[in-house]
Amino acid sequence: MHEWALAEGVVATVLKTAVERDMQRVDKVVVRIGQLQQIEADLFAQSIAQVSPEGPSLLRDAVFAIEIEETALRCRICGNEFSPQDALMGLDAVESEAIHFIPELAHTFIHCPTCQSPDYDLVKGRGVSIARIEGV
Amino acid sequence: MDPRLAIIERRLAPIDRILATSGGKGGIGKSLVAATLALDLAQRGLRVGLLDLDFTGPCAHIVLGAKTELPAEDFGILAPVAHGIHFMSIAHFTGARPVPLRGEALSNALVELLAITRWSDLDFLIIDMPPGLGDIKLDAARLIPRAEYLLIATASRLVLETVERALGLLSQLDLRVAGLVENMNRQPSTAVADLAAAHAVSYLGQLPFDPAIEDAFGQVQKMAKTNFSRALHAVSQQLIRTV
Repeated sequence: MHEWALAEGVVATVLKTAVERDMQRVDKVVVRIGQLQQIEADLFAQSIAQVSPEGPSLLRDAVFAIEIEETALRCRICGNEFSPQDALMGLDAVESEAIHFIPELAHTFIHCPTCQSPDYDLVKGRGVSIARIEGV
Repeated sequence: MDPRLAIIERRLAPIDRILATSGGKGGIGKSLVAATLALDLAQRGLRVGLLDLDFTGPCAHIVLGAKTELPAEDFGILAPVAHGIHFMSIAHFTGARPVPLRGEALSNALVELLAITRWSDLDFLIIDMPPGLGDIKLDAARLIPRAEYLLIATASRLVLETVERALGLLSQLDLRVAGLVENMNRQPSTAVADLAAAHAVSYLGQLPFDPAIEDAFGQVQKMAKTNFSRALHAVSQQLIRTV
């Protein structure tokens, strides 16, 4: 599963940020996952646990809270704002996996439901990001 | 906060040298040089990867005759292997369908691909850059600062000025130029060599305009026997010597 690669990025970024902020420990990290990337929250939590350092570290007591963010797309041609959810459900396994790996490939497989254009902006809900790091 | 940026350098760490074929202008043979160079290096027994970053018009897979298939997952994704080359391309995900990306979407696709692709130990990663001096080139400069640029030019004045702009940009970004190669040579000319000399970069030689190459795409043994591949073999030898 490729989620591990992104989880490794989350842990590396939290550790780097904690050091930069001179934190003594990280209590909570809020990770946001855009619906478009179709990553399961439980699976991603497991991946984070797998790549977190063993033994003493700034992350020893950290809780990773995972939020799923709904995706909103806005068509540049007709202005329609839409969710890709229905379209995602209609894709075959290869198309769905392609977007899972690289969310921007939605432009290849999903079009505006009103005007069929592939030219739209991603307003929110793309992929994995770190929303907040709490600690002292 | 983008968690992907922290791991790109780690993903590229198993690679000894990264060479990016570039030039700024479209249709000057960047993809052909990139794919043929990767084949040449692999045939020398070196461990080679090829990354096609022309998201909107990928074609290195056609030169290689590589099947486009979804990459396998293994703590990331693994570049499928074609003719001994670890080969990653957006075509693995989309086939021949259009990839209409602009601005931030292009950047995000590049960052994602670099963050999740796990390369094995390689002597060379050849990157086929898209035409132009825009998003992908600027992002590659930011994300892969140790890449060396192999600039492709033809002797046409329609190309030379753009290649000069590319040289100027690489200088402004403090990126390393491995050398300048003249492609599609049809008649004696010193224009590309003169441009290299004017910018104090290595001139690595001429590659002939070779009508035979088109029919050889996808057939590695046949490609190796073309005048184009033979000439590129000499360029490749110089690149190996350069550290």
